[in-house]
Amino acid sequence: MSLSSKIQDVFNEPGCGKNANKSAKEKKKGCTKALQPGGAAGGCAFDGAKIALQPFADVAHLVHGPIACEGNSWDNRGSASSGPTLWRTSFTTDMNEQDVVFGGEKKLFKACKEIIEKYDPPAIFVYQTCVPAMIGDDINAVCKAASAKFNKPVIPVNVPGFVGPKNLGNKLAGEALLDYVIGTVEPDYTTPYDINIIGEFNLAGEFWQVKPLLDELGIRILSCISGDGRYNEVASAHRARASMMVCSKAMINVARKMEERFGIPFFEGSFYGIEDTSDSLKELARLLIERGADPELMDRVNALCAREEQRAYAAIAKLKPRVQGKKVLLITGGVKSWSVVAALQEAGFELVGTSVKKSTREDKERIKEIMGQDAHMIEDMKPRDMYKMLRDAKADIMLSGGRSQFVALKATMPWLDINQERHHGYMGYFGMVNLVKEIDRTISNPVWQKVRKPAPWAIAGESWQEKALAQIAQEQAELAADPVKAEEARRAKPVCMCKGVSLGAIEDAIRDGATSPDAVKEKTNASGGCGACAIRIQEILDQGGIVGQPTQQINVAAE
Amino acid sequence: MAKVTHAKKSASVNPLKMSQPIGAALAFMGLRGCMPLLHGSQGCTSFGLVLFVRHFKEAIPMQTTAMSEVATVLGGFENVEQAVLNIIQRTKPEIIGIATTGVTETKGDDVEGFIRQIRLNHPELKDFPLVHVSTPDFSGAFQDGWEKAVKRLVEELVRKPENVSRRDMQAVNVLPGSHLTPGDIEELRTIIEDFGLEPTFLPDIGASLDGHIPDDFTPTTIGGVGVEEVFAMGNAGWTLAVGAQMRAAAEAMQAKTGVPFRLFEKLCGLEASDDFIAFLTEISGRPAPTKYRRQRGQLVDAMLDGHFHIGGRKLAIGAEPDMLYDIGSFLHDMGVTIEAAVTTTHSPVLQKLETEEVLIGDLEDLETLAKERGCDLLLTHSHGRQAAERLKIPFHRMGIPMFDRIGAGHKVSVGYRGTRDLIFEVANLLIDHRETHTHVTPDTWRTPWGEFGGDLGGEVGGAEENGAAIATSRSH
Repeated sequence: MSLSSKIQDVFNEPGCGKNANKSAKEKKKGCTKALQPGGAAGGCAFDGAKIALQPFADVAHLVHGPIACEGNSWDNRGSASSGPTLWRTSFTTDMNEQDVVFGGEKKLFKACKEIIEKYDPPAIFVYQTCVPAMIGDDINAVCKAASAKFNKPVIPVNVPGFVGPKNLGNKLAGEALLDYVIGTVEPDYTTPYDINIIGEFNLAGEFWQVKPLLDELGIRILSCISGDGRYNEVASAHRARASMMVCSKAMINVARKMEERFGIPFFEGSFYGIEDTSDSLKELARLLIERGADPELMDRVNALCAREEQRAYAAIAKLKPRVQGKKVLLITGGVKSWSVVAALQEAGFELVGTSVKKSTREDKERIKEIMGQDAHMIEDMKPRDMYKMLRDAKADIMLSGGRSQFVALKATMPWLDINQERHHGYMGYFGMVNLVKEIDRTISNPVWQKVRKPAPWAIAGESWQEKALAQIAQEQAELAADPVKAEEARRAKPVCMCKGVSLGAIEDAIRDGATSPDAVKEKTNASGGCGACAIRIQEILDQGGIVGQPTQQINVAAE
Repeated sequence: MAKVTHAKKSASVNPLKMSQPIGAALAFMGLRGCMPLLHGSQGCTSFGLVLFVRHFKEAIPMQTTAMSEVATVLGGFENVEQAVLNIIQRTKPEIIGIATTGVTETKGDDVEGFIRQIRLNHPELKDFPLVHVSTPDFSGAFQDGWEKAVKRLVEELVRKPENVSRRDMQAVNVLPGSHLTPGDIEELRTIIEDFGLEPTFLPDIGASLDGHIPDDFTPTTIGGVGVEEVFAMGNAGWTLAVGAQMRAAAEAMQAKTGVPFRLFEKLCGLEASDDFIAFLTEISGRPAPTKYRRQRGQLVDAMLDGHFHIGGRKLAIGAEPDMLYDIGSFLHDMGVTIEAAVTTTHSPVLQKLETEEVLIGDLEDLETLAKERGCDLLLTHSHGRQAAERLKIPFHRMGIPMFDRIGAGHKVSVGYRGTRDLIFEVANLLIDHRETHTHVTPDTWRTPWGEFGGDLGGEVGGAEENGAAIATSRSH
């Protein structure tokens, strides 16, 4: 299948709600639509594929392209391996001008040969990048020839960066596994307790906070795609009895197609949060029992969950006096599960910045979307507004992904990384306790008091903090005194960050007769990027098109 | 005199090299209110951005023209135009620096033509500073990208002086190479100012990437040299270029404005610092301030204290040419022998390095050579960490990226004081390594003749180990 038809295939993925909701025309446009020159920040498809596959620890990952793709980025992932280190060795064809003129296929073939001679890995994954794709290097053919010649799996991963963003790369990586790897090796033995974990990358080694529980239950991870994974394990993943797709939909195509081809049922679950961990273990047990495991497994799972939950809540209760009433500004990141919210509330934290009420599963989805949108907003938030939140005691700490780190730190706002780059594991029961402990450790550090002190030469009213507050106060006073300006400011509030569409533009579209988020998108292009703001557009519609503010939450700073 | 050779392999393993466009982007980051823009796929920018964030631990301004497959084939004019307009609307920059990438260079986008067309389409941008540099990923290295970007900034921005007889002899231009840290630039600024001179650094990452908390926050660079200050560089009395990579920019400056230049290929070490101070004394007409006389004494003393530990070490060094020459030469002065030297790209300084061979290669080459030649000190950027672990030798991190330590931007190795502190850092590293790994026992010298030839008896393995113990115990 050609790369373009492969991409179409990925966009037709029925398991992916987001794509399924798109029109045929939109699917054709694919993910490229969301990329805005001068306003984009994410990684490319190649980046996404590398994230998804590099945790396979015994594989040689060979990047075919000029030095930028690999030289600027290698050894920068926080996955952990329990054995092989080859995945951290960087391989690239480092294409030069001559290769660009004459083609890089021969060099790629020779590179495979050198790697096999020097490192003898069980397999090589070859990643295609933009430049060789442009000059027409056929990596599928080279990989086929190398596989035959060296009698070793050499797997083409066709992901030139310009075909789309990271999440497309995740899926194309999954396609490479489906096309060339999964089902090519038979496991030494099988048990009724064999599972696959799909889309788990073992960041900071945190999957090992959960694995002992599976070990205790006698559930065997036949293959983890891809955290601490091994080539022969994923190659024999087709013999698992059930799969768990972790958290994100990044590799839903792998889970669904394995169900289709090999009859392996899957569910989407999460090991973030106490409740979700128990739910996931129980769901795994249920699927395994359905496929022939002894039903007593469920009793053991229930007992284990009860025991671990009790332990976790007891540990959290111990920390409670230290953190009770502290306000946490939770902006989404990798740890975006509903039950993280529940655990933080259990610990006595007050959550701000996200409307959080205990509610149904549909609401969980909703909260994910809202938090996704808030993450966008915080990226555009000025440190001075953040400082005001802190000053007004609206938040004691911010939890987010790395991108908003400096906005928080420059405003001397305590901050904790809950995204990919984090160094602490927050998975399973212990992980949640660990998160509470880390929040406490961060908030209670006396350093915050010290760094907020003015310099000895500071003149009252002239520190950046005071200037920031004065500036905000002045702007608000101006708005209060001038209803026309206030209305302008209200209308200027951005709703769609990707496409830069304001509340006013959306209200106008509704006045012009748009009655659904799709109709608003048709008129304004709002939600035409990541799509997270569709939920807000629906809210605006629900309120009759004219509302006081798009949301009451993050904008507290700008009150 | 070193021979310069090329690694002959198809698979580069554990690259030392990074690409040109991000070297150019870092140079652009030394300008105030700047948004560096890479013309390529969005991954080109995001990898560079992550790299710099991890190195400097700062928010990094960098944008992308987000080229899709289709746009790449059809040509990127619309993407460049849209990106420029979006950046101006969103971030209100004072300048945009545009660097091309492998993708757009393979296609052959005429970015100069694009910029002319953008100015035609948008007359309000007629005088807006848009500086473009051609930096294909498939040639050169990080240092080359920096070099080209600075040269282009000089060509595009610096203005001819209106009246050469009214040159401001207090004003000095400094063109620092990519091997200098923000801390190095700050140190040079202090030294030059202490001679009563007024330096303008192009680029000035010492003012933009030094981790300060600014009064106002912008999505562009915070601090750095202002565009109007660059305009005025043509009025200066002198240009100081630091690192051979800066020769091209200094020559462009001279050709355009007549400002003479002096190139300092090294600023680390006693002699290099003496040359620098002597030159400043000469052009300022002021004697060296007492402070520097004291600092020179401190450096001499540090060299004496440090040579016990550093002398006799076998160095494996991997760095871009200017850093390789600067730091390698200084450690050679301290009694190190450079056993393995690997670099990223060509440069006239390479053959001057005090070693037999400089290899343009990768960290696998460096690791192999270090092992073969029994090196006992490794110096390269953070990607050397895996090799150091396998080689079990002390590892001093230097250069970009340094993602597994904090304070990378504040490391100083220029001038008397910087050199002094570098000696302390390297010597302490070696002392610590020796204390942790070398233990003398009653059996240490039982069969001590290994390194002088095994034919006098004793098993070979044990003899080698004892040889190593002698070498380290001698350096006490």
